[in-house]
Amino acid sequence: MTVSEPERRQAITRALAEHADAPGALLPILHAIQDALGYVPPESIDLIAARLNLSRADVHGVVSFYHDFHTEPRARHVLRLCRAEACQAMGGAALEAALRRRLNLDADDRDRARDLMLEPAYCFGACACAPAAMLDGELHARLDVARLNELLGELEAHS
Amino acid sequence: MSAVKVFVPADALALAVGAERVADAVRAEAARRGLDVQLIRNGSRGLYWLEPLVEVEVGDRRLAYGPVQARDVASLFDAGLLTGGAHPRALGPTEDIEYLRSQERLTFARVGVIDPLSVADFVAHDGFAGLKRALDLDPAAIVKEVTDSGLRGRGGAAFPTGIKWKTVADTEATQKYIVCNADEGDSGTFADRMLMEGDPLLLAEGMAIAGLAVGATRGYIYLRSEYPHAERALNAAIAAATAAGYLGDDILGSGRRFHLEVRRGAGAYICGEETSLLESLEGKRGQVRYKPPLPAHKGLFGLPTVINNVLSLGAVPLILDKGAQYYSEFGRGRSRGTQPFQLAGNIKRGGLVEKAFGLTLGELIFDFGGGTASDRPVRTAQVGGPLGAYLPLAHFDTPLDYEAFAARQAMLGHGGVVVFDDTVDMAAMARFAMEFCAHESCGKCTPCRIGAVRGRELIERIVAGENVARNLATLRELCDTMISASLCALGGMAPFPVLSALEHFPDDFLRASRDAA
Repeated sequence: MTVSEPERRQAITRALAEHADAPGALLPILHAIQDALGYVPPESIDLIAARLNLSRADVHGVVSFYHDFHTEPRARHVLRLCRAEACQAMGGAALEAALRRRLNLDADDRDRARDLMLEPAYCFGACACAPAAMLDGELHARLDVARLNELLGELEAHS
Repeated sequence: MSAVKVFVPADALALAVGAERVADAVRAEAARRGLDVQLIRNGSRGLYWLEPLVEVEVGDRRLAYGPVQARDVASLFDAGLLTGGAHPRALGPTEDIEYLRSQERLTFARVGVIDPLSVADFVAHDGFAGLKRALDLDPAAIVKEVTDSGLRGRGGAAFPTGIKWKTVADTEATQKYIVCNADEGDSGTFADRMLMEGDPLLLAEGMAIAGLAVGATRGYIYLRSEYPHAERALNAAIAAATAAGYLGDDILGSGRRFHLEVRRGAGAYICGEETSLLESLEGKRGQVRYKPPLPAHKGLFGLPTVINNVLSLGAVPLILDKGAQYYSEFGRGRSRGTQPFQLAGNIKRGGLVEKAFGLTLGELIFDFGGGTASDRPVRTAQVGGPLGAYLPLAHFDTPLDYEAFAARQAMLGHGGVVVFDDTVDMAAMARFAMEFCAHESCGKCTPCRIGAVRGRELIERIVAGENVARNLATLRELCDTMISASLCALGGMAPFPVLSALEHFPDDFLRASRDAA
């Protein structure tokens, strides 16, 4: 989802006002921007660097280090399928294969028609009811192909 | 007649299998029938195969029903749920369920029992008793109590907690910190999550006690971003405890201070390593630091810092309340107290089992877990997360204690046990261990950053039948280099699942070369 320039500017300014004076402020600032916009737009780097008295390289280095931070707008729907051992023990790989057959994923693992992206995840702490996935921030466990199809069907019905 | 208490967990995993819809259905059904129900959103009892687990308080007992789906709720009310009526989902008194009854719940005594966000409920169940005692003790006496209890770091490294605290207490500084490592990233572990969602005030109490013991006035909980429910629970609990005077500028009128804050991680597994966690808290890339200096001397912002796992800090209030001796009477050898074990993966009865150290891995998997969910034979279990060894059935007699596991080139780690049935391909699991290490390496040291990539490639070549003998020798040499020369446990232990798979399940690696022969 794209966000307008004034909206982006406002979110960055607000995140800086709220967190910049805290010790170790960079992660809280980046989270606040991403919570508001869904991603960390490139112009954040300059503004954060200036406010925290860091180099742009420092800020960029942090953004790029963490898997959570995204520098481009995301798809409307994000499906994060757990690939860790407990989910593998319960057929996680087969589930992923079935999902890939159903979705029309491009090289970036995006299904443009559904406006959905598939991402790997490594453990949601749902290991006693594996396999698990997070769809648009909501956790689902004891998944199988039928249940995943049901969840995708609900997305299509609501779009 | 007063409202009947009905409990439906708000635990993240209970919600992931339908607890919110069950709670909605209970509300709607009670309203439709004009029944006076007080719905309490507790944590999970940890009997996850029975989630969503609904409980009703009848007299002084709690009766359990599970697993309950929203569509079952009307029939539960028809059967007289509020008076404990008979129903196919009825499990009897919760405390009498064998899985729960045969545990020793010390740290998890309140999880699933109380309303996690109610200070009154927490206090009614002995909450803050440890903090109150600590306020009456000298700092040195608090440290001594923790040392005498034999508590060792529950994050995996098993370092004696009291010694760590003493080091910080003995270091002079204008500011010291308590940091809780809540970056529970190991697959197969969820005890930290359950505790933070089900009894967040316990963690706040443990950290406040640590602060009193070492002279720290500020604490941070570094929480992984995959745990949004825990983040909400902790923030609400900290606000409630502060409002009630248990945290803040003047703890219970003692004039002592302790401020607590939650900080969200950003999806880096390496930040579970204590020094990269500190870097991350400081707002930097989560890269591992050289040690020394130890965090106890130069930790967060270069100041003396206690950094402990959720379960270590969660064990502290009871140790202060009931005394070191009470806690140390549980356990075996040098592993004192209890460990919340977590049964996960292909397991019939997955969940949390808090037991004194000493029962065997096999007892945990078969007596508690009931074997595989797939009803196929168990082939192996990985203990201690993605850096832990795979144990064959022949080693299931190993007692669950730190030294017994170390003697078998395995580790207990954070107490997570992931069970696999006989369809598992151990070469694929070994490959995954290297792939995961490559994915999560912080990049600071070469053995981990490059070694993990080369390790994955070597396993792929072996599995494809290319120069098997030579590649196997190179893989072993590479593992040796990673173990000896990596800066931290990620590169230093990623070889353990690989080597254990090679040792106990060599055939899985040799299929292609054998077929070709």
